[in-house]
Amino acid sequence: MTIDTQQAAVLVLENGRVFRGSSFGPAVERIGEVVFNTALAGYQEILSDPSYAGQIVVMTAPQIGNTGINREDMEGAKLHCSGLVVREASPVTSNWRSETSLSEFLSEQTTPGIEGIDTRALTRVLRDEGAMRGAISTDVEDVEGILARVKASPSMEGQDLASTVSCTESYQWHEPKWVPPEFAKNREVVATRFNVVAYDFGVKRSILRDLRSVGCNVTVVGLKTPASEVLARKPHGIFLSNGPGDPAAVASAIDAVRELVASKTPMFGICLGHQILSLALGAKTYKLPFGHHGGNHPVMDLSTRKVEITSQNHGFAVEESSLPDTLRCSHKNLYDDTVEGIEVVDSPVFSVQYHPEASPGPHDASYLFRRFVDRMQSLQ
Amino acid sequence: MPKRSDIRSVLIIGSGPIVIGQACEFDYSGTQACKALREEGIRVVLINSNPATIMTDPSMADATYVEPLTVEVLDKILANENVDAILPTLGGQTALNLAIAAAEAGLLEKHGVQLIGAQLDSIEMAEDRELFKQAMTRIGLSTPRSALVTSLREARECIDEVGFPAILRPSFTMGGAGAAIAYNAQEYDKLVLWALEQSPRTELLVEQSVLGWKEYELEVMRDHMDNVVIICSIENFDPMGIHTGDSITVAPALTLTDKEYQRMRDAALAVIREIGVDTGGSNIQFAVNPATGEQIVIEMNPRVSRSSALASKATGFPIAKLAAKLAIGYSLDEIRNDITEVTPASFEPTIDYVVVKMPRFTFEKFPNATALLGTQMKSVGEAMSIGRTFREALGKAVRSLETGRDGFDLIESDNLEELERAVTVMSPDRIYQLARAFRLGLSKDRAHALTHIDPWFLHHLHAIALAESEVAELSGIESVDVERLREWKRMGLSDPRIAKLCGASASEVRSARHAAGIRPVYKRVDTCAAEFAADTPYLYSTYEEECEAAPTNARKVIILGGGPNRIGQGIEFDYCCVHAVMALREMGIEAIMVNCNPETVSTDYDTSDRLYFEPLTLEDVLEICDLETPEGVIVQFGGQTPLKLAVPLQEAGVPLLGTSADAIDRAEDRQRFGDLLSTLGLQAPPWGTARTIDEALKVAKEIGYPVMVRPSYVLGGRAMERVYTEKGLTEYFARAKDVGLPILVDKFLSNAVELDVDVVADKTGASVVGGVMEHIEEAGIHSGDSACSLPAYSLGSDVIANVKSQARAIARELGVVGLMNMQFAVAGGEVYIIEVNPRASRTVPFVSKAVGTPLAKIAAKLMMGKTLEELAIEETVPEHVSVKESVFPFVKFDAVDTILGPEMRSTGEVMGIDATFAHAFSKAQEAAGNVLPSSGTAFLSLRNEDKAAGLDIARGLTELGFSLLATHGTADHLQDAGLEVARINKVLEGHPHCVDSIANGDVNIVFNTTEGTQAIADSHSLRRAALTCGISYFTTMRAARAAVSAIAARTQDGVRVQALQHYHP
Repeated sequence: MTIDTQQAAVLVLENGRVFRGSSFGPAVERIGEVVFNTALAGYQEILSDPSYAGQIVVMTAPQIGNTGINREDMEGAKLHCSGLVVREASPVTSNWRSETSLSEFLSEQTTPGIEGIDTRALTRVLRDEGAMRGAISTDVEDVEGILARVKASPSMEGQDLASTVSCTESYQWHEPKWVPPEFAKNREVVATRFNVVAYDFGVKRSILRDLRSVGCNVTVVGLKTPASEVLARKPHGIFLSNGPGDPAAVASAIDAVRELVASKTPMFGICLGHQILSLALGAKTYKLPFGHHGGNHPVMDLSTRKVEITSQNHGFAVEESSLPDTLRCSHKNLYDDTVEGIEVVDSPVFSVQYHPEASPGPHDASYLFRRFVDRMQSLQ
Repeated sequence: MPKRSDIRSVLIIGSGPIVIGQACEFDYSGTQACKALREEGIRVVLINSNPATIMTDPSMADATYVEPLTVEVLDKILANENVDAILPTLGGQTALNLAIAAAEAGLLEKHGVQLIGAQLDSIEMAEDRELFKQAMTRIGLSTPRSALVTSLREARECIDEVGFPAILRPSFTMGGAGAAIAYNAQEYDKLVLWALEQSPRTELLVEQSVLGWKEYELEVMRDHMDNVVIICSIENFDPMGIHTGDSITVAPALTLTDKEYQRMRDAALAVIREIGVDTGGSNIQFAVNPATGEQIVIEMNPRVSRSSALASKATGFPIAKLAAKLAIGYSLDEIRNDITEVTPASFEPTIDYVVVKMPRFTFEKFPNATALLGTQMKSVGEAMSIGRTFREALGKAVRSLETGRDGFDLIESDNLEELERAVTVMSPDRIYQLARAFRLGLSKDRAHALTHIDPWFLHHLHAIALAESEVAELSGIESVDVERLREWKRMGLSDPRIAKLCGASASEVRSARHAAGIRPVYKRVDTCAAEFAADTPYLYSTYEEECEAAPTNARKVIILGGGPNRIGQGIEFDYCCVHAVMALREMGIEAIMVNCNPETVSTDYDTSDRLYFEPLTLEDVLEICDLETPEGVIVQFGGQTPLKLAVPLQEAGVPLLGTSADAIDRAEDRQRFGDLLSTLGLQAPPWGTARTIDEALKVAKEIGYPVMVRPSYVLGGRAMERVYTEKGLTEYFARAKDVGLPILVDKFLSNAVELDVDVVADKTGASVVGGVMEHIEEAGIHSGDSACSLPAYSLGSDVIANVKSQARAIARELGVVGLMNMQFAVAGGEVYIIEVNPRASRTVPFVSKAVGTPLAKIAAKLMMGKTLEELAIEETVPEHVSVKESVFPFVKFDAVDTILGPEMRSTGEVMGIDATFAHAFSKAQEAAGNVLPSSGTAFLSLRNEDKAAGLDIARGLTELGFSLLATHGTADHLQDAGLEVARINKVLEGHPHCVDSIANGDVNIVFNTTEGTQAIADSHSLRRAALTCGISYFTTMRAARAAVSAIAARTQDGVRVQALQHYHP
């Protein structure tokens, strides 16, 4: 925690900016797209979210690691981001569920952290100049060398990262949503009524837990799974998951989704799944300057005019002007008017850009899982 | 849906006088609401009895009623004004209670008005503990096990189920008033009876104690579209058991995972929906079991609160302003976020810093009260600080408090065992004792076991303590390692603390720091953690890389605020600072505010052009001055806090505006002050100074007893006492030498009339008397505690003219530019000068409202070089009469005597304004909560020298139909004069005595004068009984006389109301 007991580290951005701090976790070098997240809590969910593959996450909240790491809050099987940048990492943990500390966890997962950074200054750079590549390194004497390696790394646009995090074999998901222990004893989980096939582009476990908790019997399949194979399972509904990278690079999934929409099977997409659905139906996506990463974005449901506070994590968005007649914009971001949700006209197919499964973030949009169930229900 | 078209005029209810539990935060919220509604073209009618507020400035509302907050008054106002709706959610518990009472009295139907913000049934459901509990059960949330009782019998029946320790919470009280913890059956009965008495409904909740659980608060807003957002989460450093107003609190919540936080958020949304707060802000408190995560709802306030003021300042999100807009029909997404100017208000602020709030206590004012914290709030103010880490913010908060601490000092004990015992007690010093104990080797685990404070907080406190130890190993600052110094500054250690620890001076540390290039940078509070660009210059310091201050090249002036509220320095000074800001902005000069009190209007981001939310210490202020290079700094308006910085700032080369530091010193230094008076041929009561007890006894003998004694350089009459004998003086000296030497010994003028005079003066030597206030109590009562009348009501015009000319002479001689306050005593036809303060005084807002001239604003313009002639300011003596009365916190402090004296103990003030003195006095009493009875029994117990004068009072009371009850000596006197009077024993004379009569409800008003230490002690229980029974009591003859005239006037004319705008068109 104090600088003299820790190894010095640097964060080098592709624009040449260098931020000096101290290393925590393992002293390894990692390169990734540097993005900032404005959530106050939930660093564990963020670090383990497969959508952060290939990215170095800057937490704008200054004190990170206070509640340690526990088994229950994992969003993936492991830590997925490339690195973590914070103002101050907590050397102690204080939480009744904590099992290990943040820095131990980073070490286990060989992912570097850097602390002591003026994260606000860094965030302002990313806000003004856009998300950019960067590296965390303890090779503090050779900034030039690090910069060269950063510049040589591939940019986010055009990267198919989903393939790297998608499952290779299909599996069933059984775990329901987390509930506080005082409720866990007398808990009754609804029986499964609908068979749902979930495309895994890097799916967060909370989505699967939410689907299970509204009565879905979920089969998770890899992103290369052809439409025919999905339809052969005769699902009541199809789910398109979140995931990392450029949606336009996931060509096979886009084709499959186009076929699946034609089948009129109820379908629900989140984040990358939403972008893939849009692309499949002829809309275009584009890269946002610094993306939306946080837990406080207001989104309006255009049908009710009600505002929900949402969890967000995306660097690409669907271009509103490119929406074909078959797609209707259902939700909008009140910060920047970007498309946050679409519906396929006269079809039980819809998707949102943001994260109704929250984790981390507010639960305002959890009604969307029930909406998905309603769509399946009405076809029975 | 935009603004409702059916609401064209709104009545806002203010919160009345500053009391413990209800301070300037409601001036902040009320002022925001006034502005927010008027910018929508709504006519605003305001009622608030507190003249020291910005909201009662005549320019803030269309009709401003500075009148008592009672149903009768409200009825009259509603009859006068065409009001469509009442907004009761911005004036604290006082406003809510008045709204409930008005609704129950049928006023809403009678005048065809509606409540907006919250409906009666939701207020009831939130406030009534049983209804609240039922509501929580309906939505599946847990509350502590509890039972609502209305008698001791019921209380005994429920205790088995609830279990000990049990918390007793009286219904419908504010600031947790009357709440107590019972640990065993022995004390249970006594506490139940006491708590039942505190509740206006004799109703009490006996509740399971969750002592040691973690405590949280969420600030929630809801609009009529049912959009709900959380503005801020707050975590208490102190676990459950200490009132949240008395706890050190932190924003955001720091020791919750997202799962637990979202669970709390879900619960908060469910609560506000179930309770049915239609629109506006609410505050919901939770407790979390640290071992299991079990979560329960503690309570909800269906209105803006002190915490919402804190949340607004902590995030930059103006809760009160939004609450007002939502109440008239807007939804959150229709309102813009002022700070970013591009995004809507329908979002949840996210912050990239840590905020710490620390409470400010004044136990030193109440030596008989124990400095223990519990469920009843006892702090009188608070400071907030912002840092990038908890440690940095904590360090800044400690030095913002102005308790003489530069860091974790003042606990010098080397006895670890003693400290371990001390920290188990919930006292204001606990955090400092912990830090000291850590330096002596206390482990973090043991500290947690002793205090239940979260290990995360303890870890950081421990780290600070170890850093302090590390500094203490240095001798001098020259040898310091630059990187260590940088790290200490990043941890929040102040220059003076480092200096004290290593044996250097603060200026040496500053020089060393500057030489090493270690300077703070300033970051912006922007509601969004830099996700969007924000132009609002709301700034705080930290030791990091990038500075976002971006100072302008405009003409600019820095105004130093008053810091945390305390007795003797409160909202009046914030009022003055805000006026100074307004004046500067009117003149086109950039006004830069520095302050650390989150309750205030001055720390609203849109009050000044630039706001630095920073501690008011030399170190912090100098760094801002270096960065901003202002034309000058104003230290006159914020009370003693900035005034103390005048000389050091000047020595550091910072230009001060207005009266020079030397002139201030001439007025404060007793010797120089004496010389000044001699020069002008003016007189003060005979006086002397003493550094030893022998000197003191000698001086007192020369000038004659009784004498007034006090340490020099104090505010609010700190440690000031009237002493009658040598023995008394010896005892005083023994106590007071800790407060500061030398001691000033003044001749006490018996039966003198005291006057307060506020003056504005310009650079040409011209001056105008703003107002002359005559104290209602005799000289010897602190001017801040005394009631007063403007204009003077008993003195001749020649005396007043003499006083005014003396005041002007002093102003000219001192070279006052700006404000000056003087106190005079008139005795035996002679005029004596008691005190001169060349700065804004506590009375400035009262005078400004009484005479209709904004003195502080004018003073600020004079300080910027304008002249009285240019501004066309002339003296005005109003036709109407304004009476100021003080409000005291005695009921919160057990065993404290309520008799008034030279040490100031009031927390706030009210104003009564009317055509006659008697009516104005009656209103002031009513507004202060001293309800004057119109009939019944008057109890009199007078000291010998008052017995003759008491006759008139007794006669007056008889004529008004009162029956008289008196102690034997007083009764003898009255009977001799032919009055019918019943007799009763003094307490010392045995039962049945006067305290029994009061407790039995046989007395409706008390007149008690007494003198001498023993007599005062003997009659203590009498005054205490009157206080606890809510009976108005008067302890001076002049006040007694005024009270009788007020009862007569009130009986004859009833209640009448008039807007301030009527008096000053």
